[in-house]
Amino acid sequence: MRIKNGEDLSKLRKSIMQKRDKNRRLITVCGGTGCRAYGCEDLIAALKNEVEKSGLKGKVEVKATGCPGFCERGNLVVIYPEGIFYQRVKTEDVPDIIKETIVGKKIVDRLLFVDQVTGQKVTYEKDVPFYKKQTRLLLGNNGIVDPTDIEDYIVIGGYSALAKALSTMKPEKVIEEVKKAGLRGRGGAGFPAGLKWEITRKAKGTQKYVVCNADEGDPGAFMDRSLLEGNPHSILEGLTIGAYAIGASNGFVYVRNEYPLAVQNVTLAVEQARERGLLGEKILGTDFSFDVEIVRGAGAFVCGEETALMASIEGARGVPKQRPPFPSDRGIWGKPTNINNVETWANVPIIIEKGADWYSKIGTKGSKGTKIFALVGKINNTGLVEVPMGTTISETVYGIGGGIPNGKQLKAIQIGGPSGGCIPKTFIDVPIDYDELKKLGGMMGSGGMVVMDEDTCMVDVAKYFLEFLLEESCGKCTTCRDGIERMLEIVTRITDGNGTMKDLDTLSELAEVVRDASMCGLGQTSPNPVLSTLRHFRDEYVAHIKDKKCPGRVCKALITYSIEKDKCTSCGACKKRCPQGAISGEKGKPYKIDPSKCIRCNVCYETCKFGAIKKE
Amino acid sequence: MAATCAAPTDGIPKTVDKILGKYNSDKKWLISILFDIQNEFRYLPREALQYLSKKLDIPMTDVYSIATFYKAFSLTPRGKHSVTVCMGTACHVRGSLSVLEEFERQLEVRPGDTTPDKMFSLSTVSCLGCCAMGPIAVVDEKYHGQVTANKVKPLLDAVKKADAGAAAKKAA
Amino acid sequence: MIKLRIDGLDVQAEEGWTILETCKFYGIDVPTLCYDEGLTPYGGCRLCVVEIGEGPGAKLASSCTYPAMEGLVVRTHSRRVVKARKMVIELMLARCSSSKTIQDLASKYDVHEVRFKLKHEDCILCGLCVRVCEQQMMAGAIGFVNRGKDVKITTPFDIKSDVCRTCGACMYICPACSARCQGPQEESAICGGCLNMTPSCLEYYDDAQCFMSETSCGTCVREGPKKKESSEKKV
Repeated sequence: MRIKNGEDLSKLRKSIMQKRDKNRRLITVCGGTGCRAYGCEDLIAALKNEVEKSGLKGKVEVKATGCPGFCERGNLVVIYPEGIFYQRVKTEDVPDIIKETIVGKKIVDRLLFVDQVTGQKVTYEKDVPFYKKQTRLLLGNNGIVDPTDIEDYIVIGGYSALAKALSTMKPEKVIEEVKKAGLRGRGGAGFPAGLKWEITRKAKGTQKYVVCNADEGDPGAFMDRSLLEGNPHSILEGLTIGAYAIGASNGFVYVRNEYPLAVQNVTLAVEQARERGLLGEKILGTDFSFDVEIVRGAGAFVCGEETALMASIEGARGVPKQRPPFPSDRGIWGKPTNINNVETWANVPIIIEKGADWYSKIGTKGSKGTKIFALVGKINNTGLVEVPMGTTISETVYGIGGGIPNGKQLKAIQIGGPSGGCIPKTFIDVPIDYDELKKLGGMMGSGGMVVMDEDTCMVDVAKYFLEFLLEESCGKCTTCRDGIERMLEIVTRITDGNGTMKDLDTLSELAEVVRDASMCGLGQTSPNPVLSTLRHFRDEYVAHIKDKKCPGRVCKALITYSIEKDKCTSCGACKKRCPQGAISGEKGKPYKIDPSKCIRCNVCYETCKFGAIKKE
Repeated sequence: MAATCAAPTDGIPKTVDKILGKYNSDKKWLISILFDIQNEFRYLPREALQYLSKKLDIPMTDVYSIATFYKAFSLTPRGKHSVTVCMGTACHVRGSLSVLEEFERQLEVRPGDTTPDKMFSLSTVSCLGCCAMGPIAVVDEKYHGQVTANKVKPLLDAVKKADAGAAAKKAA
Repeated sequence: MIKLRIDGLDVQAEEGWTILETCKFYGIDVPTLCYDEGLTPYGGCRLCVVEIGEGPGAKLASSCTYPAMEGLVVRTHSRRVVKARKMVIELMLARCSSSKTIQDLASKYDVHEVRFKLKHEDCILCGLCVRVCEQQMMAGAIGFVNRGKDVKITTPFDIKSDVCRTCGACMYICPACSARCQGPQEESAICGGCLNMTPSCLEYYDDAQCFMSETSCGTCVREGPKKKESSEKKV
């Protein structure tokens, strides 16, 4: 079982390849958490059942893979060897897939992806525009690999970068290569990874740690979830190479509790790697020993911050500490510790395998490589998008994302989660680059990209993030804890229609102090949503204050619901569903909403099939 | 496992001991140990925390401080069915607030609380990473996508129906 | 010895000193609230923030937790620092206006309005009581519970502690309990009676011109030079 050295690994790879017929019939289904909401587990069971029923057991393999990121079209099924791509597959479609495609070698037309622009049907996965327009260095393998099977990873070349590093490169050379590649931390701040590794390597002490930060707490971001669930070995390989370079003998993968599948898959991956001698004592026959522990987060966004994460690993409250001293100097239990994000670690095997020269050709001068974004919100193609740094926001949102649904207008892109900012549509041609985004008052962040249309209220967005951050603040600093509470107090007053222009001055002043005087990144970046919306959407704040109107028609206190007489068919559906009994009417006459009883719950708006409910 | 009420007190030391054995009574695994205790009892009983404090030699103040810091832990018994509504940015922009409000209206509880009959516990979570199918509600580990206020009652009714069905089967 | 520069003065600190300890040694006045010489520093109140570094990369940090390091350039009363301190005091007043300690700070730093809703809490969450109980009295009866806006200090389960020896150290050290202000009326929340010092030179300069703030009366700069363009970082 145990892989003795690099040569043994190559031999194993070849033998797995030989065992697997390239032309064998294989059906892959995305088994990611997102597709579980689409019932992928039932789908996989149904496929396996149908295969057996049709007497094809042993001839047709059904496999669950990692999340390839085209979440809008789940469930995703790919049929090999042709690479036929079926989307929005339901359990009811299973008999047709087996009968028509597997046995009959015919395409089930209704399951094909239709290009929104050309109207053409796309048969093969490689031709799907959503994938084709990306540079899928990391996500590409998610759709091929079964995350619970280490052999799937080995057969695509997995762990060969580790073998190369351990047998042909000195630790310092590995660091040089990562530095030359220009890899910057993908967790948000974008600190040069190679430099951090070097500092940790040079730090005093023999016991060192490496940590994979998988506490992806930004709401709306799920890049790390997909990587860790879908291809956990790629992260372990990167982590092991990093540990070798830095001189760390132990590592931790800190996974947030809200990702049970990721916890499960990475725990299994660690066990499998240990069995094969890819983790543990004398890895691949060298003197290098390294092992990993999986630590679960317990529902605290602040634990994504380095010092709070370390406190959590030590078993304490996740309260951040002053830096300096930095973790590279004094980290977990006082030992030098190097913490990097999941996506950063996932890039490492590629850099070692293909070389820094190859890697640094991708991206811009200041930001190398690719970045995965979680494209969510008011967008046609919701999902994960991997693009080279330097791609514009416009290309990402329109070219790959397919633009805004329902003919609505784009208003803003929120990048960087609660620490980031809102970028108005006027800046949509900005290239995605750490430094360019910072200039706009935004931040690359971990990769969350929330698309907002004309029906979004930017003041409400600021309020939403403040509410989130107030709950997640550790509570130590006056400026963060009380500052966020008071910023929220002011913004709530504004959304309730009771704001004054003086409030805007107080809000700016307070936001600047919270940014300046808080101890950790959470507090320091907490005013970003407020400051960026004040900067780019001040007119919306003023509309709430002076006109007592909400341009996005979101803020309950400032909108009224009414029924349009000429659209109402007096079907009575809204009256039945109204929880406050605010709707009255009788058959033949248009219904009416009593504004004094209406609580703006939106239920009638959702219920009416005739678009007769007006929000203004 | 039916555990809407607190486990009998003499069950606690034995259960906690078994869990501590798994982690070699190593203090640094405190958070994992708390998870395992919560899995057993559906919450963190006071007696379990006090027993744990003694066995691990961690001051009770610290154990309590840590248990209350992390949102994953509950110090009050949770209901038989857990309902979690995702309040992430993508879900928010798609109207998750009205979904949550409908759950609150139907169950007559606020997030973090349990219904008086101990059947349902309502909670919110910041993001589950299923943003494409938002708004998301997770009911007893089953993910439901594209939930609207109108889908809430049918969802709850289905759970109640399943309960009634199971109870009828048991009685038969 | 570590050489650094504080408020334009070349100073030397011992190994292991924080910036605050260095300032205290040289008699440079930096206000504190959650700091106590006999306890580990906490860095929560944010009152002792100082500006570290120069130019666009300069940032604020709590001097009680920041180590004195070779070559640091520190300013204890820059415009950015004083603006932050005033806001911190305003936030504290909004939380707990009945504390004389905080009222005195308000007077000293010319905080004359509270623009937030008054909470009338008794605790400002400085954590001094927690640390004195744990570190000096070796009891550890109280601790921080919950997080974010729900954070509070109490005994486990809010019940009577079996390790509390009722020594009263927590009450003694508490800046909110130790002296209660009799002054402020409900509406204003500010007393302004006890101490009053306004460094008016900050209207003209980036740094306060003298650090004898115990006696500073603001009369030094009578007719200063033309008001400088605000050099504050705008968003």
